[in-house]
Amino acid sequence: MPQSRLTGSRIRERRLALGQRQADLARAVGVSPAYLNLIEHNRRRIGGKLLVDLARELDAEPAQLSEGAGEALVAALGDAAARIEGGAPELDRVEEFAGRFAGWAGLVAAQARRIEDLERVVETLSDRLTHDPHLAASLHEVLSTVTAIRSTAAILAETEDIDPDWQARFLRNMREEAQRLSSSAEGLVTYLEAGAEARAMQVSSVDDVAAFVEAAGYHFEELEKPAVGEGDIAVMLDRAKTLRDRGARDLAHRMLVRYVSDARMMPLRALRTSLANTGGDPARVADGFGVGIDAVLRRMASLPAEEGTPARGLVVCDGSGTVTLRKPLEGFPLPRFGAACPLWPLYQALARPGQPIAQVVEMPGADPKRFLCRAVSIPRPAASFDAPPIHEATMLIEPVEGTDGAALGVGASCRICPRDSCTARREPSILGGRV
Amino acid sequence: MARQVLLIEDEPNIIEAISFILSRDGWSVATHANGETALDAVERHAPDALVLDVMLPGRSGYEILQDLRANPDTADLPVLMLTARGQKKDRETADRLGATRFMTKPFSNAEVLSVLREITDD
Repeated sequence: MPQSRLTGSRIRERRLALGQRQADLARAVGVSPAYLNLIEHNRRRIGGKLLVDLARELDAEPAQLSEGAGEALVAALGDAAARIEGGAPELDRVEEFAGRFAGWAGLVAAQARRIEDLERVVETLSDRLTHDPHLAASLHEVLSTVTAIRSTAAILAETEDIDPDWQARFLRNMREEAQRLSSSAEGLVTYLEAGAEARAMQVSSVDDVAAFVEAAGYHFEELEKPAVGEGDIAVMLDRAKTLRDRGARDLAHRMLVRYVSDARMMPLRALRTSLANTGGDPARVADGFGVGIDAVLRRMASLPAEEGTPARGLVVCDGSGTVTLRKPLEGFPLPRFGAACPLWPLYQALARPGQPIAQVVEMPGADPKRFLCRAVSIPRPAASFDAPPIHEATMLIEPVEGTDGAALGVGASCRICPRDSCTARREPSILGGRV
Repeated sequence: MARQVLLIEDEPNIIEAISFILSRDGWSVATHANGETALDAVERHAPDALVLDVMLPGRSGYEILQDLRANPDTADLPVLMLTARGQKKDRETADRLGATRFMTKPFSNAEVLSVLREITDD
């Protein structure tokens, strides 16, 4: 369907829809059929009285013929029609519908969009059921337990001549399974509640900013130029569709202002040279540029992925441990909400302000992966007497090849961590790790 | 002589419950809980029917079924697959690999008995 229609085309479309002959319509409005033909093929401009007459004869509003319905609305209705299997409604009259009943047409388009959104949610949840190993394992356990209970209960209820020893044995089995079911169900509910919380968070400002950062891979090419200013940041924020409210834009603005400041102090080329000369040591790079190590860690994470540059993840948290900036890295899951693994060097750094920490860590799994984490916490001086300093910790994450040598066993967060004997565990895992 | 069914399942209390009802129904029941050595167990017991769980330690029920169907001695062995996953694609996988019947957990005892009789032409 064309996206832009001209007045003549609309007149022709409307006439054909009404089953009216060109000659009859021409006569009714007092022009020759040849002239109407030229109009209908957009070869003659039309307006004024003739347009009003044609609209009257075609039972339409003049504006409907001259302006058409909103293109976006017509396109949305077209999309809605395309989603109906087994025959779309009168597609040839979509513009007429949108023009004459704009409110209802808007409702149809909005409902179609809503259906599409809901289908995506269903798809996501379905994917989760299919691909989320934690959820699949928990559900499998629940169903296996229920099966054992159902089968055993049926035996006890339906077998009249059951031997007392068997009876006692089955009762014991049922008690065991009931306890197991209770813990599995509890774990599952906790996990699903966490999921619901995560979905709710998706509409929060913090999550909008996280999506914005994730989409850019924490690299903003437009802000790398030497003369970047507030105007460039404003343009970028205006264009960002993921930042849906003022709160999200304010948070993103603060993040980008710091990005620009880091980029000014350590331009890309100079940073790459310095990294090459120092063997990638953030402390020496910081010394060379006369900046804080936290700024170097952020800047290293912002380097675009290219040959020779390892993929890098970044996590920044405030003094409460809440993650305020994250750039995900494959194999190193960063919780979208709540607290992460307390063993992360990020939190060790928070406890030892000013002291940079480098630590190789290992994430659990069938194929455990190792990462070099470098973290530092730099307190911001108090703004006034008696005001507390503001702490913020920054951690750069880089993958490490192989599994030789010592590594600290960490996880993503306790709830989905399988490590059984972890002294830092604060809550049980749905995968069996106990407190 | 009682016909023999081999139950390959790793949940002890399900094994106990199913063994009990099958025995009372006149079946001679053998059990095995490990996927990795399941084919040896089938060869050793030479059962008249197999009840096979999908999620087993060591090897999945699907892999075991695939090998059974590739072996002329067990290609026609009646196999009832049990699984906690009842999604369409799981059922399709079981069908494709040659399961005689497919049953999702939780099932009823009567259902297991009836299907087992059916697939062994009882």
